[in-house]
Parts: sequence; structure tokens; C-alpha cells
Amino acid sequence: MEPDMESENVSGEPPVRAEITLIVNGREHRLAVDTRASLLDVLREELGLTGTKKGCDHGQCGACTILVGGRRANGCLALAVAHDGADIVTVEGLAHGDELSPLQAAFIERDAFQCGYCTPGQLCSATAVLDEAARGWPSVVTPDVAAEPELDEPEIRERMSGNICRCGAYVNIVAAVRQAAARETAGRRPTERQAAGREAAGHGGAGQGPTEREAAR
Amino acid sequence: MRPLERVEARDKVTGAARYAIEYPVEGAAHVVAVAATIGRGEIESVAAAEVLAMPGVLAVLSCENAPKLNSVDDAELEVFQSRTVSYRGQLVAAVVAETLETAREAAARLRIGYRAEQHDVHLRDGQSGFRADVDQGDPEAALAEAAVSIDETYTTPAEHNNPMEPHATLAEWNEDGLTVHDSNQGSTTVRDTLAKVFDLDPAKVRVISPHVGGGFGSKGTPRPTAVLAAMAAREVKRPVKLAFTRQQMFSMTGYRTPTIQRVRLGADADGRLSAIVHEVIEQNSTVREFTEKTAGPSRIMYRAPHRRMAHRLVQLDVPATSWMRGPGETPGMWGLESAMDELAVTMGIDPIELRIRNEPETSPEDGLPWSSRNLVACLREGAERFGWTGRRAGREGRTLTGMGVASATYPVNREPNTATARAEPDGRFTVRIAAADIGTGARTALTLIAAEALKADPGRVTVEIGNSDLPKASLAGGSTGTASWGTAVHNACEALLAELDAPIPPEGVEVTVDTKEELESQEKYARHAFGAHFVEVRVDIDTGEVRVPRMLGVFAAGRIINPTTARSQLIGGMTMGLGMALMEESTMDLEFGDYLNHDLAQYHVPVCADVRDLEAIWLDEKDPHLNPMGSKGIGEIGIVGAAAAVANAVHHATGVRVRDLPITPSRLLPSL
Repeated sequence: MEPDMESENVSGEPPVRAEITLIVNGREHRLAVDTRASLLDVLREELGLTGTKKGCDHGQCGACTILVGGRRANGCLALAVAHDGADIVTVEGLAHGDELSPLQAAFIERDAFQCGYCTPGQLCSATAVLDEAARGWPSVVTPDVAAEPELDEPEIRERMSGNICRCGAYVNIVAAVRQAAARETAGRRPTERQAAGREAAGHGGAGQGPTEREAAR
Repeated sequence: MRPLERVEARDKVTGAARYAIEYPVEGAAHVVAVAATIGRGEIESVAAAEVLAMPGVLAVLSCENAPKLNSVDDAELEVFQSRTVSYRGQLVAAVVAETLETAREAAARLRIGYRAEQHDVHLRDGQSGFRADVDQGDPEAALAEAAVSIDETYTTPAEHNNPMEPHATLAEWNEDGLTVHDSNQGSTTVRDTLAKVFDLDPAKVRVISPHVGGGFGSKGTPRPTAVLAAMAAREVKRPVKLAFTRQQMFSMTGYRTPTIQRVRLGADADGRLSAIVHEVIEQNSTVREFTEKTAGPSRIMYRAPHRRMAHRLVQLDVPATSWMRGPGETPGMWGLESAMDELAVTMGIDPIELRIRNEPETSPEDGLPWSSRNLVACLREGAERFGWTGRRAGREGRTLTGMGVASATYPVNREPNTATARAEPDGRFTVRIAAADIGTGARTALTLIAAEALKADPGRVTVEIGNSDLPKASLAGGSTGTASWGTAVHNACEALLAELDAPIPPEGVEVTVDTKEELESQEKYARHAFGAHFVEVRVDIDTGEVRVPRMLGVFAAGRIINPTTARSQLIGGMTMGLGMALMEESTMDLEFGDYLNHDLAQYHVPVCADVRDLEAIWLDEKDPHLNPMGSKGIGEIGIVGAAAAVANAVHHATGVRVRDLPITPSRLLPSL
């Protein structure tokens, strides 16, 4: 059985590169990226930010989850060339200096990982979950889509289901996210929560880059 | 011992923990593997010149130009040594290029000509040739005379390990030999294997693997990634990085064989077993022989004078089967524990009571005394906590509810190891052993074991693992890690402590131990961990969807070293068991000869939404016949029996007995 392949001429042209700017964890990088490269591969191979993981390269596992313009995205499904000027946060950018984010601290406290390979994606995803809930965005399990969602266990499970953990740390991941969410809610005044929700509604849910992310903090 | 958070926790939550191909190396090239597109046959041609013309392509490796390698006992590692294609998806070529993008494109464009032969990938029943491991008494006569008997066939599909980190290697040659950063379950084994394959002195090979993104058995044997990366790095005279793709992992990195299990039980009118027969058909590749000892747990679980446990391997043109979490016990306890539930239902005996009536005084396999056996205590403790007594199948609207139970077991073994313990004048200790932490928490458990033996605070102890330059160690596999490495660590620390009466000299004090003799002189006992799973299910009558709102595992596994990481391992195993019960299934494409659903969109594993109230607890089990720590392995027992407990609960809720995993709506709905 011969492989049924078109005998197209293999290209002798060098790869096409494009100059783009990426702001990663607050630092600006000017890069000439291969137009075939994903954000994931650019982060890992060009910028040496290997905290973002490649588990499947097909948007199926969530290990490569990063924040792009404040919203979570699969780095493996994002072509770098299409993200000129993007503001990106990776797991390396979640802590403030030596101080871990409340989620990172809760993940350690609750032993919310084992091998640790899905953990950067889980943490970026969970960071976005807290933000999405604070903006009042409902999920498919939110009982009343008009009310402010409460990050209880069913909500967290639903919202974190895009991130696979083969070690099976889900019970602890949910507990960690819940703990961090409770602390965040306790630390925020009700008026702020309502303001965040109104703002999200006004933006129609579209990611608007750093300005919107800052507003949510 | 008091719980200790993972030693490497901070590195894992900040992205600082580096896995195999994440080490910064100057000028690394990228390797992308190419898989066979026929199910059986010969490679006739490899059109390397076409892709070598692409700018940035450095080399094409295949059977046409690969250097000669030495054979080892795993033919999967004979990379590009022949033109034979043994299964679809086999590693047949690779492209090395300046960038990952170019390597990937060139690999996709590489044309390979084949002479295809008819493949056979269909595992089926109906042939003879069983090899009996156990044949005691006259089981056929006992079954014929039994007051009650069960004769049913249970099947499991092929299941894939799917660790989150793909199998990957970064390889570099220099004047000191070969250095690989590799994702594996044992750096000593990978080092020794690479040394043999490339004809090197093992001292010239260095395998570095401090963090490994899961393995579940699939990284227990050295994989072709290590061999191919080393070959490619030598070919292009540069360091190279190689990771298999998720799709390639379904053919190149091992999986659990599908099983067809005929289980026959014979019992008297009181439910006391007279016969247990467990006969298993499973597949093998033509490349590598591997027996999944599926009938293994039936050898020790219950008392019965007449017994037969047998396997038959069917050689097919399929990818090579290998270890997956709880090999043998995991599929075997699906068959046995489903059959025990059927017997209980048939006789109207409570499933827990049936198991208690068949509790053996000594090991039925060889009459050896148990080092400890607390299956009954696990069943009773679980029943109490789960609210088992008076369980009732229920109905809430269009949802049926029920409860199920199943036993769990896993053998307790130890491998010989070496370790070094060192004391510094500043009061710090360093323990060195080439152990592996694949997410188990081994680094943390060994820190606790060392600290206890040294009578020191864990904060003063550094445990170095994951590097073949360290004292040689056994694999992270077979739930032997903590017990095996721990014995060496404990003994080294104890010996060191004995030398610390005098002040510590500036150069420090160091002790090295080998546990080989201790293991050889071990007393004879039947050593096994036991447990019980309790499951509540909710079944949607209209869709056939099964949900598990509650699951409890109760385990008796000796002394638990670190409660924090132990609980994580147990609930992790149970979560994988939930996947086995409800969704995990690799579907063979009979036409083309490979697994069709070879990615994580189609091979479903549990996610957050599937796992609700799931908890693991353990009994305080003191067993003086194990090892200095008194511990049993806990990495695998969490998955063993879990699927049967789910199916038994589904039967309780619906009256429908599902004997073929997984319990998907399409299997269940037609009977509802």
C-alpha cells in the first residue's frame, strides 16, 4: 500500500518570520517569530519561559493555559503572529516577587498537584476563574444567570474542567480554588463586586487587554 | 509522622520546576518523530532528500541510515534497526531541524514507501492455549457440584496511561559522554539501558530527571525517545530536544492490553467458595512480550480449595502493551469483584458479608501467613462511614440511585537499593539516591524517613534524587518506591547517626548502604495491601448517564509515611478508577490497525466536573514484617477495584449488570 500523498514540491523557501511585540509578565519583548509558531512554543523556545506546559498541543488538556489580555487562553492554539502587542501573563508572572499569589499558596496548602505538569495551566485558569466570577460572568451551572455567581464547588468544578490533571488532584484543586476565592471575596467590598459585574456587562464579555484586567483588580 | 507539604511545591506552583526538555541548552536542534502508516509490512523507501532540501532541516533518520545499535531485551528500543513494520504508529523515521516548526513540517512531508501486508489487530475469544499459573484441586468438578455458581465474562478495553508530560528527552554528547534530561520512572535503569544500546561505559552516561510529569507505568521502561534523541544528537553533533506528540503516545509509549476475562465461582449454600476460576485472554504485540497478570489477584483474595488462574496471550499486529497503573490487579479485580457481587446478588447475601465469609486465614496461593491483612476491617470501617447498612436502591424523578462496594488489593514488594547519607558540621544532612518522583511525593516521603532515622527536623535534611550519578536505585513502579528507597535511606541515616557521637569534621561524615542482603534474608510472609471502595451512583433513566456523587476508599497499607501526599495518591488512583469505570476506552480501528481515538478530545479521562465527593482514608495498620518504616505501597491500590465498585452500584441502582467497561450511556441505556 503506497501512501496516498500528493507529490507536491517540498518548499525550498526559508521559513517566513514576522516581527511582533509581546508583553510577557510586564516585560516587553521584540521578536521575529516563525509565522507557524504558537504562543506556547514562542514562550517556551524563544523566551525560555518553560513554566507554560505542552501536554497535547491541540487545545485539549489545558496545560498551556495562559492569560492573554487578562483572559485565559490555550497557548498552543494561539498563533504568535496573530498576537502582536498582546499582554500575556504566564505562571512565572503570578507571584509578586517572592510573595505567592493566594491561589499558589492555596495549591500548596491543599496539595492540589502531584507531578506538577498541569499545575501552571491550572493556576492560570483558576486566576481567570476568580476574575470571571468577580465580574459576574455566569457558567452553565449558575442557577440564576442574572445574580452574582458564588464560587461554590459545582461552579469551580464546571469552570476548571478545561484543565486535565491525570494524577487526579481534582478534589484538592477544587478545595484550593475555593479557599482562594473565599479569601478574595472576604477581602473585597460588595460595592466593588457590583462595579466589576457592571463593567463586564458593559464590555459584552470581550477581553480588552491590560486596562480591563487592571480594573478588575 | 506529621504531614509535610511537598518539598518541591514552590517550584511547581511558580513554573520554576524544569521537566525533561525544559533545560536551557545552547544551540539545541529539534527532533520530530514519524510514525508508520501501515499495520504490518516493510519499509521500501524513505524520501529523505526531499525534506533535506528544506532550509533548516539538519537530518533525516530512518532504517536507511541509522547507526547500528546494540540489542537490549526490549525490541521497542531497536530504533530504525530494521525495515519491518510491526504495527501502525510504530516509530519509523525522524527529522532533525533548526526549529520545532520546521521539524514538524518536514516530518509531515516526509514520504515513506511501504510494502504492506494484511494485519490482524482483532482480539477475540475462541482459541485454546491458556497457560495456567495456578491449578489446584479439581475446579471443574467443584463447579459442577456447587450449590450456586457464577460463570460470566467481563471485558476491559485498551486503556492508555496518558501522563500529562509527554515522553521527552533532551540529549547532548560531549567529551564526557552522553547526558540526557529524560522523562522516566528510574534514571539508573535508563542510564544502564542507554549505555548498552550505545556501547558505552555506564559511567559515561548521565540521566537527569528531577521532575517527571507523571508516568503511571508508561515511563517505567526506557522509551524510544531516549534512544532516538541520543542518536539524533550524535548525528547532528548538537544537543537535541524530542517529545512525542500526544497522538504518538497512543502507539509508542505503551498501554494496558484489552482483556477478556471468564470468571467462574462455585459456592455452597452459605456462600462459601469451593472454586475460583479466572481465565484471561489478552493481546501482545509482535515486538515485545508482556503479560498483564490479570488473574493475579484471584490467587490471594478469597479462600477456595479448587482454583485455576490462567492467561492466554494473543500475538497481534498491535502497539506494544506495557505497564499501566496497577498492571494485573486493576483489570483483574474488575472481573473478580464484579463476579463476587453477582454471587452475592444471586444468593441474597450482603456483598460485604459474602467477602467476610470467604476471608482466608493464610494466603491461598502458598499457605504463607499474612504479614497483615485487614480487608475485613476496611470493609467494616467503610460500611460504617458510608452508611452502607440498610442501603436501598432509590428513585428520584428520572434518576435511579444505588450503592456498590468492591475490594482492593496490591502486593507489597521491595527492590534492592543503595543510598548515601551525609552529615555536615553545620548540622545539615544530605541523602542521595537515584530515586524518582513522578508526582508520588517520593522526595517528600524520603525526607521524612531520613529525618525520623536521624532524629532531626525535616528542615535540616536535603534529599537528592532524579539523577543517575546518585547511588543506584530501583524504579518508581509496582508501588515499591517508598518501601525500597526508604529502606536504603533509613539504613543509611541510621548508620550515619551511629557515627555522629564525635564532633563532625570539616569534611563531613558520609555513609553508604546497600539493602541487597537485607532483602534476601527477609522472612517469608504473604505481604499485600488491602482496601475497599464504596460508591454511590445516580443514573439518568433517559440518557443512561452515570454520575458518582460519593466515593470512599478505605485502605490498610501499613504505616502511612506522609498523610498529605498519601491521600493525594490514593484519591488520584480512585479518580483514575472512576475514569476506567465510566469513560476510558481506546478503540481499535480494525481496518487501519491503530487506536482511533488517539488524543485527549476522544480518549476521555476524568475532569473536575466528574469528581465530586471523593475521599480516601486509611486504617492504623501496624505490620512488623515489612521494612524499617512499616509501610506498604499506595501508588496503585487506589485504582484497583474502583471500577467494579461503580458497576456494582450501577447494578444496585438499575438492576442492569454491565460486564464490559467502560459503563457508557450506549452500553447502559438499551437495558434501562
